Amino acid sequence: MPEKTEKQIVFDKVKDTPPLAVSLYTMDYNKTGSWRNVRPVIDYEKCTGCMTCWKFCPEPAIDAEKYEEDGKEKYKPVIDYEYCKGCGICWVECPVEGAIYTEEEGE
Amino acid sequence: MRKVMIGNHALSYGAKISRAQVIPAYPITPQTEVVELLSEMCANGEMDAKFIKVESEHSAMTASIGASATGARVFTATSAQGLALMHEVLHWAVGARTPIVMGNINRAMAPPWTIWTEQTDSLAQRDTGWMQLYAQNSQEVLDSVIQAYKVAEAVQIPAMVILAAFVLSHTSEAVELPEQGKVDEFLPPYEPEYRIDPANPHAFGGLTGPDGYFELRYQIQKAIEDSLPKWDEVGREFGELFGRKYGLIETYKVEDAKNLIISSATLASTARTAVDALREKGEKVGLLRIRVFRPFPSAQIRSILSSVDRAVVVDRNISFGASGIFYQEVKAAVYNEKNPPPIFGVIAGIGGRDVTKKDIIDIYEDIMRMDEPKSDIIWKGVRL
Repeated sequence: MPEKTEKQIVFDKVKDTPPLAVSLYTMDYNKTGSWRNVRPVIDYEKCTGCMTCWKFCPEPAIDAEKYEEDGKEKYKPVIDYEYCKGCGICWVECPVEGAIYTEEEGE
Repeated sequence: MRKVMIGNHALSYGAKISRAQVIPAYPITPQTEVVELLSEMCANGEMDAKFIKVESEHSAMTASIGASATGARVFTATSAQGLALMHEVLHWAVGARTPIVMGNINRAMAPPWTIWTEQTDSLAQRDTGWMQLYAQNSQEVLDSVIQAYKVAEAVQIPAMVILAAFVLSHTSEAVELPEQGKVDEFLPPYEPEYRIDPANPHAFGGLTGPDGYFELRYQIQKAIEDSLPKWDEVGREFGELFGRKYGLIETYKVEDAKNLIISSATLASTARTAVDALREKGEKVGLLRIRVFRPFPSAQIRSILSSVDRAVVVDRNISFGASGIFYQEVKAAVYNEKNPPPIFGVIAGIGGRDVTKKDIIDIYEDIMRMDEPKSDIIWKGVRL
């Protein structure tokens, strides 16, 4: 995957506009974190690193962070609050009771 | 090679010979044979294509859009209620500029449940931006699928190839199958400028505000306008390669015609035999068949109507509260001309009621006795 870009392209005239609604880069400039009113939080004491939340997250809002443990390569989910909209899908899909909990935004 | 086939199979062979790569489809009478044959040809390896079974026509079209957005050549087919269920995503296919080619079998809308032919199902989709082509025989169906891909991919607008239920869809005719090598030369692989590609991510169809949407819509209109000369060019080029020439319209005995019958699809074929019979009686009559309805060939129609005394449009469709739909469009095309001829609008053959050569002769003779069009609808064949 290419690097995330924060560049937003604004088309001036018809001749500069692509024929279809297509971004010339990824939509990473669109930081959807400001939409959030419920904040999911991962309790790493309970998280098993199954990555179910990472698979279900509909935005680039959960990153898979690589680390080593006992000489093995492992992953853990890390929420990127710049993009997390607070949809709650990760919290619903998490198979471990309490591994993801939610807080009201601003608490 | 000549092969006897029904109109529906002419659509299937058209898709095969155009090397369609993805076919998401849902069966509906009277379209079923189209996708039945395609699914067989995908399963037995005759076609190098993926057949996707879906749970509805809405899904058939959404899968078509997704596949086309990756750069695949996509074919699907439907009819009536199925087309209506696709309505939302027909707009999406145009906005996403995915040049899908779809067969539609003209079937009257329910209720009451019916399966016989009428054009109101496809004409109700006229403002979605899909190009629409009404074929008159199975050969034209097959040839038109190939041409539709060529035009659609050039302007990035989807196209419907439309045929009458049963009259064409289930009638067997001898059809010339073009050579694959020559079709490949005529229709090279589809190479879109923008496509879904995980190695080069873009957002497609993302939220666009008033600062961007207008220009995208303007471009759709320009693209469809650009397709007007393309339909004629592609039809001419097809004629040079395969010996059968096509265009936006087809004219028959119009050179010295004083009066004109205007129609479309299989009704126009019947009207041609009526023209011959009327000519034998000494009538100076000609036929104008509108093959491509979207884009509407206004300039060609204006040019032909400029030299006639009167014209009658025979519609197998109705826009409730207005009139026949081809009639409205023909009138609108000539309204700003200096001295447009009187144009009469006849509605016939609704719900598949038969329209015979004698019916067309009667229609013509009736309107020749009238001084002027007194209403927007002259009913033919309804039991009043």
